[in-house]
Amino acid sequence: MSLNLVTLLYLLASVCFIQALKGLSHPTTARRGNTFGMVGMALAVVTTAALILKLSDMKAAGLSYVLLGLVVGGSVGAIMAKRVEMTKMPELVAFMHSMIGLAAVCIAVAVVAEPAAFGIHEEGVVGLPFGNRIELFIGTFVGAITFSGSVIAFGKLSGKYKLRVFQGAPVTFSGQHALNAILGLSMLGCGIWFVATQEWMPFVIMAAIAFVLGVLIIIPIGGADMPVVVSMLNSYSGWAAAGIGFSLNNPMLIVAGSLVGSSGAILSYIMCKAMNRSFFNVILGGFGQEGGTTTGKQEQRPVKSGSSDDAAFMMSNAESVIIVPGYGLAVSRAQHALKELAHKLGEKGVRVRYAIHPVAGRMPGHMNVLLAEAEIPYDQVFEMEDINPEFRETDVVLVLGANDVVNPAAKTPGSPIFGMPILEASMARTVIVNKRSMASGYAGLDNDLFYMDKTMMVFGDAKKVLEDMVKALEAL
Amino acid sequence: MEIVSHTVTNLIIFVLAIYVGYHVVWTVTPALHTPLMAVTNALSAVIIVGAMLAAALTEGNLAKWMGVAAVTLASVNVFGGFLVTRRMLEMFKKKDRATGTEKAETAGAKH
Repeated sequence: MSLNLVTLLYLLASVCFIQALKGLSHPTTARRGNTFGMVGMALAVVTTAALILKLSDMKAAGLSYVLLGLVVGGSVGAIMAKRVEMTKMPELVAFMHSMIGLAAVCIAVAVVAEPAAFGIHEEGVVGLPFGNRIELFIGTFVGAITFSGSVIAFGKLSGKYKLRVFQGAPVTFSGQHALNAILGLSMLGCGIWFVATQEWMPFVIMAAIAFVLGVLIIIPIGGADMPVVVSMLNSYSGWAAAGIGFSLNNPMLIVAGSLVGSSGAILSYIMCKAMNRSFFNVILGGFGQEGGTTTGKQEQRPVKSGSSDDAAFMMSNAESVIIVPGYGLAVSRAQHALKELAHKLGEKGVRVRYAIHPVAGRMPGHMNVLLAEAEIPYDQVFEMEDINPEFRETDVVLVLGANDVVNPAAKTPGSPIFGMPILEASMARTVIVNKRSMASGYAGLDNDLFYMDKTMMVFGDAKKVLEDMVKALEAL
Repeated sequence: MEIVSHTVTNLIIFVLAIYVGYHVVWTVTPALHTPLMAVTNALSAVIIVGAMLAAALTEGNLAKWMGVAAVTLASVNVFGGFLVTRRMLEMFKKKDRATGTEKAETAGAKH
């Protein structure tokens, strides 16, 4: 198998990867896209195995090590993919980012130890070529930051661990940014030292600093900003892969890495825009704390509250209902109850649609998957831009566990969330809001929507309330 | 004539690939952003190719076991990423079929 053939097969695999992403433009083509991705990956792995056989004179001893890793890692991955609950997707994704980061570091160490095995050792030159050293430095530190950052993000997302750095609330201390800057500069210094001398010591120090830096970068970011963090780490894991591709002179790795890197960057941008925050504002962190202070000075205002039965009656008499699901819905596992309600309303001739805000859930597109899991047809599920003009013509809006994303304060200049794109639930004729209590959302703001004359609050756990509504509809 | 260095060729590929990535990812429907992240996890696990070289072709213990570790970590993502993406996409498909049969049933009832 000539190297030219290997490279051409890698090219074919790269095209498959692009197809895998392209397929995701519509749910009907997405599965074919995913198959393309799998075919591309299989092609890449088989080609590499053939290359290894050729380079080691048909001795399969080396491949047994590969098989060992493949079987162990593959079964872990397959089991996780099968068992994971859809509400836990963000954790799984964060976990997988950390895998990529650590793998990139491992590969970089192996390359530094034995460059000859990767065919990047130049005849007559001691050590690695200069360019590859720079690329290894970049691949290693991006990988290390991705790893430790993702571990922290995983902890914050799961919220199960007592350790302070794994708590949702941001960890901030004075001199934080200065410390990060100093560490960043010393990492760069060690990198230059490594590039100049190719010694182990600067390499190890550089990697160690990068691991610490990954932790420090993520801890000041609050739990509410996790969609941005997860997208950002997604992007980093891609750049780490591309960095390894550069060091190994492998165009396929560079292509795949850049695809992932730009994908993560675009998702971060979309998330920041939906939260009305600049990327740097999120990265510099500490957002959750500001929110805590503004909640104190609210005066008590009267709200209209009603029972599930009242709400069910109002909806059954409506022509059209738009449901705005928030993360509270997923937390109380009410998706199936929601589907039941929508089905009952549909039977009564009510037109039911769902409106999804880009940051509903804990990662981009999370709410869509949660609704899909409950077998809610995707043609009833609408994105913010598409459904916003429809609220005016809608009889009843049912807001379930969402708060800031329907807050009309976003239209008032001077409000902390001014300019944030919102779902215009307040435009509908009647609004029913289900919440556990009057507590404010992540932004710590009072929501005028709750105090409007046309709004009825239904307090209680989303699942319980929805089940009561279904019962009430059956009785009607 | 001087040969163009690997780094420069790689840079060309890198820049063009970012360009492709940028345009392809903007076409992804927001409803499928979570599957997009899962599948990109699987795609970046293509570094398994480098890990395989490390595990199979190196001689020293350090490099070899680093390679095995990297193969293991990357294959978690290869399998986990693609399979979980498929699982999610199946959910989007199931509803397709459900509404399809519903429609078929109502159509049948009318006749």
